[in-house]
Amino acid sequence: MTAPLLEVRDLGIAIGALDVVRGVDLSLGRGKTLGLVGESGCGKSITMLAIMGLLSEHVRVTGSIRLSGDELVGKPQSALAELRGKRMAMIFQDPMTSLNPVMTVGEQLGEAIAIHQPRMKRQARQARALDLLRLVAIPFPDRRLLQYPHELSGGMRQRVMIAIAMANDPELLIADEPTTALDVTVQAQIMELLQRLQAERHMGMLLISHDLGVVGDIADEVAIMYAGRICERGSVDAVFDSPHHPYTHGLLASLPQIDRTVGKLASIPGALPSLASRPQGCRFHPRCFHAQETCRREEPQLRPVASGAVAACHFAEIAVPSRKAEEVA
Amino acid sequence: MTRYIVRRLLSLPLLLLGIVSLAFLISHATQGDPLASIVSERQMDNPEVVAAAKARWGLDKSLPEQYFIYIRNLLSGDLGTSFRTKQPVAQDLLERLPATLELVIAAMLLGSTTGIVLGVLAARFRDRVIDHAARLWALIGSSTPVFWSGLIFLYIFSVVLGWLPGPGRLDARATPPEGLTGFLTIDALLIGDMGLFWDALHHLMLPALVLGWTVMGIVSRLVRASMLDVLSQDYITAARARGAGEVRVLLNHALRNALVPTLTIIGFTFAYLITGAVLTEAIFSWTGIGSYAVDAARSLDYPAIMGVTIVGGAAFLLTNLATDIAYAFADPRIRLS
Ligand SMILES: Nc1ncnc2c1ncn2[C@@H]1O[C@H](COP(=O)(O)OP(=O)(O)OP(=O)(O)O)[C@@H](O)[C@H]1O
Ligand code: SF4
Ligand SMILES: [Mg+2]
Repeated sequence: MTAPLLEVRDLGIAIGALDVVRGVDLSLGRGKTLGLVGESGCGKSITMLAIMGLLSEHVRVTGSIRLSGDELVGKPQSALAELRGKRMAMIFQDPMTSLNPVMTVGEQLGEAIAIHQPRMKRQARQARALDLLRLVAIPFPDRRLLQYPHELSGGMRQRVMIAIAMANDPELLIADEPTTALDVTVQAQIMELLQRLQAERHMGMLLISHDLGVVGDIADEVAIMYAGRICERGSVDAVFDSPHHPYTHGLLASLPQIDRTVGKLASIPGALPSLASRPQGCRFHPRCFHAQETCRREEPQLRPVASGAVAACHFAEIAVPSRKAEEVA
Repeated sequence: MTRYIVRRLLSLPLLLLGIVSLAFLISHATQGDPLASIVSERQMDNPEVVAAAKARWGLDKSLPEQYFIYIRNLLSGDLGTSFRTKQPVAQDLLERLPATLELVIAAMLLGSTTGIVLGVLAARFRDRVIDHAARLWALIGSSTPVFWSGLIFLYIFSVVLGWLPGPGRLDARATPPEGLTGFLTIDALLIGDMGLFWDALHHLMLPALVLGWTVMGIVSRLVRASMLDVLSQDYITAARARGAGEVRVLLNHALRNALVPTLTIIGFTFAYLITGAVLTEAIFSWTGIGSYAVDAARSLDYPAIMGVTIVGGAAFLLTNLATDIAYAFADPRIRLS
């Protein structure tokens, strides 16, 4: 059996004494899409940065991250840099700040190509850059090459970021809330573009989103994250049709009105606990309508549930769906 | 952009006139009597001599009259005659300015390059030994008074080790070439005298080192701070995400952005040092503008004071303009707006 494209096992991320992320397992097959959903601050971005090997040396990463079987945790930075942009690429939440303001679009695209194909001639590189801009459907691509980021709109900048990510045909694309910072009208176009590229190139995509609707539309698998842990994970069908974790249920109940600006969930009372004040036992218990004494004491582990997904809840089988949940919603 | 520069250039004379007028007012509002430095003490009691001197130097005229005469002469390039040296001020300045420029340019080159290198290293190895060492070194550089570091450097390198010559711009026996740029190192090369060139260069080293150390302190601290700021930006993470290595991230991405604010401080320091290198000039017997300014101020030599003010003002205005142009080249957001 060949190894999956991406296999994350028992990932832990700690900054000093603070556990930001713990015990995270994720798996993504070639050409598939995995959606990662959770409230602001639950640890989605930091998990993605850990996969890319982009966290600073002060951040401790434990566990295992394998890209096509190749262990990334503990790899030296120079070896990781060779993989970045070539086998795995990333696009970021805010296209306004993720392009270098003093370099032209052409320079940055050219750089992305040159880093991994240093022998390519200037002209060939230029032509390739132009192709990439066409690939992401940027109008007047030859003019864009000479422009600076501030001359482009947010949507165009995100297209440039996507073009840069595509420069070396990566197997894995990590998209960290690629549309959150964009106008609503542009959001759908960017999502469409990503979907098309993924299908054309048989790329694995890890898509982070606040927006369960988007994830439900385009992902194959979904993982729900809460306070640095995965609370439910499985196929989109299983998780969306019969959520077993009360948090997942609350998220789905609040569809489609997730408050995108604050990242808070209208239907779930309370707020995500801060890093330093995460509760004992089940991290969700202060906000859970079904919390029992056990929940305050013991932390639930992920285990298979009837839908075929896995959920980390002591009462996964009985807690949801419940009438109470509907009331809260 | 071009229109902006043209507009700035056109406003230069006006700004300069403002500076000249202000300097004229301030210097003439002082209580002292410039006659004291023109007429000898014994002659001060002789009303005829005093009246003649007043008439000779135009001090018998009213202040507005003196002002208009000064401005009229200024427009024809005449900065008046120094009370003290009895030479045309323009000539004095032309003799002194190249010395100062040679010193300040050398110090700026030395200080800016080492300051940038040190600042980049300190930011890259933040809170490590190299960072602490660089910061300490920069702190000492920018907080040690020049007369103190100057004397120590002279003592060590000239007196004890004997590697470098003492004060002055040239060996006492050497004759500087006349009628060229006034930059002794360049003039020596122009006439092809290598011995003279080495002599001038050796004399330049210590004062440039002392002054450059101060510059390095200022520049490295600013570069460190702006590098740290830039390194935390998203586009740095994005550059790493496309596979950029450490050197590429530091130089191509971070430094290019961090240099933009650094340009301002480099320009400002340069302009400041044109008249502000007094102490260095004094310690190294460097006959530049700074020491000329001090002598002029001490003897209430109005024309000389005015001359120095004009040079200082012009230096500020021109470097300001140059900085703005450089800024625009470094930052497309400014260039294209
Ligand atoms: N360098 C860091 N130092 C300290 N804490 C950090 C650091 N980076 C992230 N954190 C903390 O880690 C937690 C997870 O952050 P992360 O950015 O992964 O959240 P997120 O799920 O991506 O949120 P959002 O939806 O707002 O992007 C947050 O509480 C954040 O404050
Ligand atoms: S373990 Fe308890 S508190 Fe946690 S989600 Fe399940 S029912 Fe709620
Ligand atoms: Mg995030």
